[in-house]
Amino acid sequence: MGKSKSLNGNIYLKTVLFGLPSIVLLLLFVLGPIIMTFYFSFTNMSLTGAAARDTQFVGFDNFIRMFQDPSFKTSVINTIVFLIASAVIGQQIVGFLVAYLMKQKARPFRRIIGILILAGWITPEIVVAFVWFAFLSDSGTLNIMLGFINIEPIAWLLKFPLVSVIFVNIWHGAAFSMLMYQAALDDIPQEVEEASKIDGANAWQRLWRITLPIIKGSAVTNMVLVTLQTLGVFTLIYALTGGGPGEKTTTLPIFMYDQAFVNYQLGYGTAISLVLLVIGISLSLLYIRFLKTD
Amino acid sequence: MNKRKIIQKALPYMVLSIIGIMFFIPLLWVIFASFDAHATLSIEWPDEFTLENYTQLLTDPEILRSFVIGVFLSLVSSLVLIFCSALAAYPLSRYHLKHKNSMILTILFMSGLPMTAIMVPVYQLFVFFNLNDSLIATMFFMAASGLPYGIWLMKNFIDSVPVSLEESAWVDGASVLVGLRKVVAPLMKPGIFTVLIFTFTNSWGNFFVPFILIQSREKLPASVSIFQFFGQHGMVFYGQLAAFSFVYTIPVIILYFVGQKYMSKGFSLGGATKG
Repeated sequence: MGKSKSLNGNIYLKTVLFGLPSIVLLLLFVLGPIIMTFYFSFTNMSLTGAAARDTQFVGFDNFIRMFQDPSFKTSVINTIVFLIASAVIGQQIVGFLVAYLMKQKARPFRRIIGILILAGWITPEIVVAFVWFAFLSDSGTLNIMLGFINIEPIAWLLKFPLVSVIFVNIWHGAAFSMLMYQAALDDIPQEVEEASKIDGANAWQRLWRITLPIIKGSAVTNMVLVTLQTLGVFTLIYALTGGGPGEKTTTLPIFMYDQAFVNYQLGYGTAISLVLLVIGISLSLLYIRFLKTD
Repeated sequence: MNKRKIIQKALPYMVLSIIGIMFFIPLLWVIFASFDAHATLSIEWPDEFTLENYTQLLTDPEILRSFVIGVFLSLVSSLVLIFCSALAAYPLSRYHLKHKNSMILTILFMSGLPMTAIMVPVYQLFVFFNLNDSLIATMFFMAASGLPYGIWLMKNFIDSVPVSLEESAWVDGASVLVGLRKVVAPLMKPGIFTVLIFTFTNSWGNFFVPFILIQSREKLPASVSIFQFFGQHGMVFYGQLAAFSFVYTIPVIILYFVGQKYMSKGFSLGGATKG
C-alpha cells in the first residue's frame, strides 16, 4: 500500500472527517452516558418527589447505601454465580463439546446438528423467555418427559429459579461458543494430529496434550467475550422470572432496573450501573489484552 | 475389540444427536401451540388444528403496527450504522496512521462494553433533551450502540478489497469518496450484507432499549408489544402468544439462512479469535 498521490493532504484530518458521523454518534450516545454514569452516581436524582425537581450532589451516599443494602449483596452473588455457571463453564463446555465431536463427521449430520443448536441462538431473547416459561411450567414439556420415568412434576421456576435461568442462558448462548471453537479447531493443522496418532497417543491424550493447548488462546478470549455478553443479560431473566421469586434471580442489571425505574431512584440506579460498567470495562480491557497477545 | 471400535465410532454421533434433540425440544411447543385452538403450556399435538391464532394476530392493527415500527427501528438504524461505519472504517483500513493500532483497540474495547450498563444514564439523557418516547432518537441510539462492532467488521471487509482497484479509479480522476462508492462498496457487498443482517437481527430482537426509551403504547416495536401481550393475554391465549412468537422470529430465521454464507465469513473475520 504505497502512499499514492490521491492520499496526499492531511490524512489525519481526513480520518477525522470520515469518522465524524461515527464520532458524533458515539460521543452523544455512548461516551456521554458513560461520563454521566460517573457523575449521576453521586447525586440523589429521582423520578418523583422533591429530589426529582432539585437534584443534589450527595457524595458517596449512594455507594454507602449500596454496600449496606442486602439486596445489592444478593444480586452481586447471583450475578457471579450466573456468569460463572453459564458463561465461564456451561457455554464453554457445551460449545466445545459439540464443536469437538463434530470434527470430521459427515457433512449433512454436522449441518443438522448445527442448525438445531443455532436455533436457540437466533431465537430473540424475549421469545426464548416464553419458550422456556412453557417448557419449565408445571404441565410443561420437561415435566411431561420426566413423567415417563415416574418423576413427579417440579415447579422449576419456583424451586430452582437460578439454575433454570442458567440453563436457559446456556441454551441460548452455546451456539456462539460452538462457532468460535469450530473456527479454532479448523485452524489446527491436520499433520499435528496425524503425527500424534502415529506416536500412539490415544484420543484422550490427543485432546489434553495437543488440541486444548493449541486452542487455549481462543478459549480464553471466547470466555471473556461470552462473560461480557452474559453480564448484560436483562431481557431473558426479566421476562422469565422478573428477578424472582423474591430476589433469587435478581442479577445486577435487574437490580439496576428495579431501583431506577420501579423505585424511581435514578441516582441509586446509576450507582448500580456504575458497578456494572466498571466490571464491563475491566473485562473489556482484559479482552483486548488477550487479543493483543494472541 | 471390533465391538468396541463400533461403539467408539458411534458414540459421538449418539451424543451429538441427543444434544441436538435436547436443544430443539423446547422450541416444539411454539410450533404446536400456535396451530392449536385450545393451546395450553403443555406440549401436545393440536387436537383441533387451526390457523385462527395467526389470523387473529395478523388482523390486529396494533400488532401489525408494532411490526412496522420494529422494521423501521431495525432497518433504519442498520442503514445509519452501515453508512457511518463504512466511512469511519475506510481510513482505518487504508491510511498509514501512527496510532492506528490504539484506535482499533479502542473500538474493540467499546464493542465489548455491555450497553445494559448505560441504559439508566441514556434514559436521563433522553429526558433531559426531551427525546423521551422518540422513535427517531431511539433509532439513533441503537445505531450508535452497534457502531464499534460495525466499524470493526467493516474495516476487515475493506482490508479485503485490494487498494490497486481503487488506485486505478483515482488515476481516472475519481475522488476518494467516489472511489469508495463506486469501487469499494460494490466489492464489499457481502460485507455490507453481513453487517446489515447482524445489526438488523440485533435491533429486531432488542427488548431492553425500546422498553426503557419508548412509553407510548402506539409507538412500541414488536419486541415490546409481544411482552405486553404476554402480560395482558398471555396467560389465557397461549395459542396466540405462540403464533406471535413464531411470526416475530420468522424474519430472523429468514435473514439467517439468506446470509449464512456471508455470516460465516463475517465470523472468521470479525471473530475475536483472530486478533
